[in-house]
Amino acid sequence: MCQAAAQVIRPDARGRALDDDPSTGGVSFRPLSAADAGGASSLGPALGDDGGPMVQLLDASGRRWPDEHFDFPDVDVLPNWLRDMVLARRFDSEATALQRHGELALWPPCLGQEAAQVGAARALGDRDVAFPSYREHAVVLTLGLPYRQLLALFRGCDGGAWEGLDRVRNYQMIIGAQTLHATGYAMGMQLDAAGSPPDAATLVFHGDGATSQGDVNEAYLFAASRNAPVVFFCQNNQWAISEPVTLQSRTPLHRRADGFGFPGIRVDGNDVLAVHAVTTWALERARRGEGPALIEAYTYRMGAHTTSDDPTKYRTDDESRAWADRDPIDRLATYLKAEDLIDDAWLAGLDAEARDFGADVRAAVADLRDATMASLFDNVYAEITDELRAQRREHEGELA
Amino acid sequence: MTTLARAINSGLHRALEADPKVLLTGEDIGRLGGVFRVTEGLQEAFGEDRVIDAPLAESGIVGTAIGLIMRGYRVVVEIQFDGFVYPAFDQIVTQAARLNYRTAGRQGVPMVIRIPFGGGIGAIEHHSESPEAYFCHTPGLKVVAPSNASDAHWMIQQAIASPDPVIFLEPKRRYHAAGGDIDDEAAAGLHDARIAKSGADATLIAWGPSVLTCLEAAKASEYDLEVLDLRSLSPVDWPSVYASVARTRRAIVVQEAPRTLGLGSELAARLHEDLFYDMEAPVLRVTGYDIPYPPARLEREYLPSVDRILDAVDRSLSA
Repeated sequence: MCQAAAQVIRPDARGRALDDDPSTGGVSFRPLSAADAGGASSLGPALGDDGGPMVQLLDASGRRWPDEHFDFPDVDVLPNWLRDMVLARRFDSEATALQRHGELALWPPCLGQEAAQVGAARALGDRDVAFPSYREHAVVLTLGLPYRQLLALFRGCDGGAWEGLDRVRNYQMIIGAQTLHATGYAMGMQLDAAGSPPDAATLVFHGDGATSQGDVNEAYLFAASRNAPVVFFCQNNQWAISEPVTLQSRTPLHRRADGFGFPGIRVDGNDVLAVHAVTTWALERARRGEGPALIEAYTYRMGAHTTSDDPTKYRTDDESRAWADRDPIDRLATYLKAEDLIDDAWLAGLDAEARDFGADVRAAVADLRDATMASLFDNVYAEITDELRAQRREHEGELA
Repeated sequence: MTTLARAINSGLHRALEADPKVLLTGEDIGRLGGVFRVTEGLQEAFGEDRVIDAPLAESGIVGTAIGLIMRGYRVVVEIQFDGFVYPAFDQIVTQAARLNYRTAGRQGVPMVIRIPFGGGIGAIEHHSESPEAYFCHTPGLKVVAPSNASDAHWMIQQAIASPDPVIFLEPKRRYHAAGGDIDDEAAAGLHDARIAKSGADATLIAWGPSVLTCLEAAKASEYDLEVLDLRSLSPVDWPSVYASVARTRRAIVVQEAPRTLGLGSELAARLHEDLFYDMEAPVLRVTGYDIPYPPARLEREYLPSVDRILDAVDRSLSA
């Protein structure tokens, strides 16, 4: 097995224009390899490739780097995004603890993926719609949707009676199934525009494991065939439960797009600036009617797959430590402090806010209400059948 | 005089005309008009954006249809043959069937999945299946099967108007036979059963292609047989089933699908639970066998025939 390139190569040391490559949609990239993501020497699981070019604007030490095609000029927004990331992490750790206390049935932590999710969510426009998988807690929070619905879902109070479906669709538990829904929805946006640029797009989240699913490949295909305004946002967090990404693919995941005929691009998923810049680029071209794109956000699942998982069975402490050095929150805080955009007092204020937020989250669980059996019978169909009415009465009779 | 295929075509035409949100999608449905020509002329009439030639990926077709529905469209999917629906099975049973439930009614699924089903056309493997039980067993789906042209014309429009996902099973071996005229208006609701022929001695319960076989059997029989065209397989119109069997006191279910846990099993179970003391004989089933659908040259020995039905009638009446 070929280890990811060990040598640290600074981006500007071997710049290589890829303008003529149709797979990149005319965009060229610095050939920063995945191994460079943290400026460290090992990225854990072998990739089976040298990482390929990767967009990075902020390295693991919190240092800004220029990029030929992507920039992040408006740094004033970044303290707020750091807040998004910190609150998402607090929410995630509270939810993990709530599961340990028996208050939630299960929790899939998003620990370590905050930059990928916040950067992507902050690129969404008002008319865009996000299609999450089941780990996109930071997306839901960043868009301001009620976090109670995430807790209700994983507590088992209901199956997804969500508000705000026009911004974020329901969590999807079937791996990759949502990619087809996002593609169909984007086809609908295109039809609504009746030949004009759709001026709206879908952003669909899936993981590295999902790229093995037929549905994801069919979604890529339908999106390409219809030139639909959909952006596939693949969080390559290196692990599909216990299976490393090398088991899913012999090529870097963003290269999958080549075969479907749309641009694929790898971005440092722990760099919120780069994620936002790349996602904005992909969404804008989709809204202009230029079709789909695949973003591979190269990141790491710092926690377990879910609270039922035990990562010590399949991955090493060395790997986890190497990725801890690339923590998306630490690098942004370091950068913002160096730029005097935040200071220790600001961080202390955020810490206090996060503590209060954690208390709110714990209190919210106590207020959650279970769906009723009657409502379950009533919602199987939009038009209930006589048969279900009878079974509902039967159930009510058994209670009496 | 029309045919069942043309009756569905004109029903789809009317639905496309009535509501600009109605879309058709499937393999070969546009330029070719479908391998059975059911959608012939519709792409010409309504354009490539409303009658969509889709890539050859059934899960992709159903999954993108769900996305279009989330965007506010009403989508009619054509699956080319019964045996090709399985790649789409996950999107049908884990997604289309559950969205209304998952979202507590916030997202309905006005989708119709048209599937030519059943045997009798001398086809190769995977072209003659009767998969209705899988769909009837899935909460959240509705399943219907017209047996004649007029029903097909009206039921396809009713299915498109339904706010729920409807599996619309089309008896492919009856597609091109002369099928009578289309009534001026729907004779019954989408989920109503219909007495195809009234009789006093026993009720033959059938749907789709088997209804005609039962009518032929009734004609050939020395007994006065009633033929109940079930039309809706999920939900079943139990009041009509019970009323007929309560009157004739004998029931025989006829289905092309394999016997074990077919819809006939549910019909028999329910009749025995609820009508046991009104019946003179146990409910009998005339079905396909529990083997994969046979090669074409043997299908006559597999499909319920007039002879097998009459034999079951004799057993029922002698009980």
